[in-house]
Amino acid sequence: MISFVIKRLAVAIPTLLLLIILSFVLMHAAPGGPFTQEREIPPEVLANLNAKYGLDEPLWRQITTYVTSIVTEFDFGPSFVYKDRTVNEIIAQGFPITLTYGILSFLVAVTVGVTLGVVAAIRQNTWIDYFAVGIAIGAQVLPNFVMAPILVLVFTLWLGWLPGGGWQGPEYWILPVIALSTSFMASIARITRSSMLEVLTMNHIRTARAKGLPERRIILRHALKPAMLPVISYLGPAFVAMITGSVVVDVYFSTGGIGKAFVDAALNRDYAVMMGVTILLGALTILFNLIVDLAYAWIDPKIRY
Amino acid sequence: MSLISDDTAAAAVPQKGRSPWADARRRFFRNKAAMLGLAILVFVTAFALFGNVLAQWSNEELDFMVMGQVAELGGPTLSNGHYFGTDDLGRDLYARTVQGTQISLAVGIIGALIAVIVGTTYGATAGYVGGRVDTLMMRFVDIFMAVPYMFILILLLVMYGRSIGMLFVGVGMISWMDMSRIVRGQTLSLKGREFVEAARATGVPAPVIIARHIIPNLLGVIAVYATLLVPLMILTESFISFLGLGVQEPLTSLGALISEGADTLNYGTTWQLAFPLLFFILTLFGFFFVGDGLRDALDPKDR
Repeated sequence: MISFVIKRLAVAIPTLLLLIILSFVLMHAAPGGPFTQEREIPPEVLANLNAKYGLDEPLWRQITTYVTSIVTEFDFGPSFVYKDRTVNEIIAQGFPITLTYGILSFLVAVTVGVTLGVVAAIRQNTWIDYFAVGIAIGAQVLPNFVMAPILVLVFTLWLGWLPGGGWQGPEYWILPVIALSTSFMASIARITRSSMLEVLTMNHIRTARAKGLPERRIILRHALKPAMLPVISYLGPAFVAMITGSVVVDVYFSTGGIGKAFVDAALNRDYAVMMGVTILLGALTILFNLIVDLAYAWIDPKIRY
Repeated sequence: MSLISDDTAAAAVPQKGRSPWADARRRFFRNKAAMLGLAILVFVTAFALFGNVLAQWSNEELDFMVMGQVAELGGPTLSNGHYFGTDDLGRDLYARTVQGTQISLAVGIIGALIAVIVGTTYGATAGYVGGRVDTLMMRFVDIFMAVPYMFILILLLVMYGRSIGMLFVGVGMISWMDMSRIVRGQTLSLKGREFVEAARATGVPAPVIIARHIIPNLLGVIAVYATLLVPLMILTESFISFLGLGVQEPLTSLGALISEGADTLNYGTTWQLAFPLLFFILTLFGFFFVGDGLRDALDPKDR
């Protein structure tokens, strides 16, 4: 097991370094520096600015400085637009919010999705099965940026039940979580259903039935674990898509998470903040994929470390 | 496609047989969901191409009669020629939706085309060459799959200018990896077949074998995933445009229109969200249904 973890880390760390270096090189190859503005800046001022942010040093030197400060001190440097703020401060402000509704959405998507999928598989071709399949098809065309305005229209403007934006208490969490989790919930339900249907025809389930085990025990003890394998391998891509979707939630519901900081930085050409957010989320993704791999290996003993 | 079916027909025994393509076509046309999807796609495409014929306003004209009172006067009506109503500036939403559908379809199709060309070439090369080159090329893909690509794409768009050409290329360039994996897997299984061996024995160079013998045999798989890629490209573009980072005024896309509609919900102009959303959902449904139908008809795995 330990050698498996080490082997995976041996891939994860170069990936992360590559991500940092790639975004850094892209940034430098871009036409116009971070201080290019409509108004011409005097060359002396520009030289001073470049010196302050270390942009006058050779490229390799800048990369090593940037990487070392991230790795050793977790320091993403200063923002290029807000003179008195560092990237760390901007991230620290939004990240807890993103994490809160991100984890909630993830839990909702997995629990509701798996339950719906299992029930649909057990009661195949009943109304609950058609309901689950219908939701799964419908949610394909209802991504988060479509869900968000529809939810606000129905629950805030028409019914007036829930606040349509802001981040002041648990009632503000509900709409963002629904908007973010629905499409993943539907995908998980669909994957669980088809994998459960397949597992239920397997020999060990027939044996369990022949032994006269109660149905509940067969489903929970013998069918659920192998049926989870395809769901677990879907969680990696789902995590990436959810992180991406959080940007929409932050922008539309004004939750103040990290995605808003990213879009604002994109509109202001604040490269430092954009890179900081990208690298942080990339690191999270890589870490999560590592966890998924471990979970997969734990459930499926056929996988050799 | 017709070229292939001719080839197969010529190679078959002279008696009347059904080529695999004819079989697939029959399966496809029997699939009710796929037929519904095809009908939707024909409708949406016709709307995008010829919708302007019916429009009584251009997409840039401001209607000063409804300006400032859009919530009261700008609703969908036949009397003043705004079939879908107007947006908050008094522009005709019908003409804007036609334009948005055009651009969304274009991004979807061109993006998918780029992804298919890059992914197929990459995957077929990796699979055919094999060995260490294959390992290296696919490890590269693994690494890039583990990256939240949307952020990289936005980074690219911001750095290199938010032009529509950049959007086309960017959307395509981030989606070729799945394609390359699928194509590589299929290539590996084709590589050992006799006709490839025969070509190699007669001294045909590798690039020619890939172009003439490997890729034509993958066309079915490629067609399926290309069709399923189009809606994903449209989704990606709409996502970016929803954030205001995609196509810029006066151009528009369905995502940008949905974003405008979502922002003006408070003023009670629901139609501004409803009509772009309707066409967005129709387009996605159409492509998903046709893609699923093609997969059922062509993909050897599910037969």
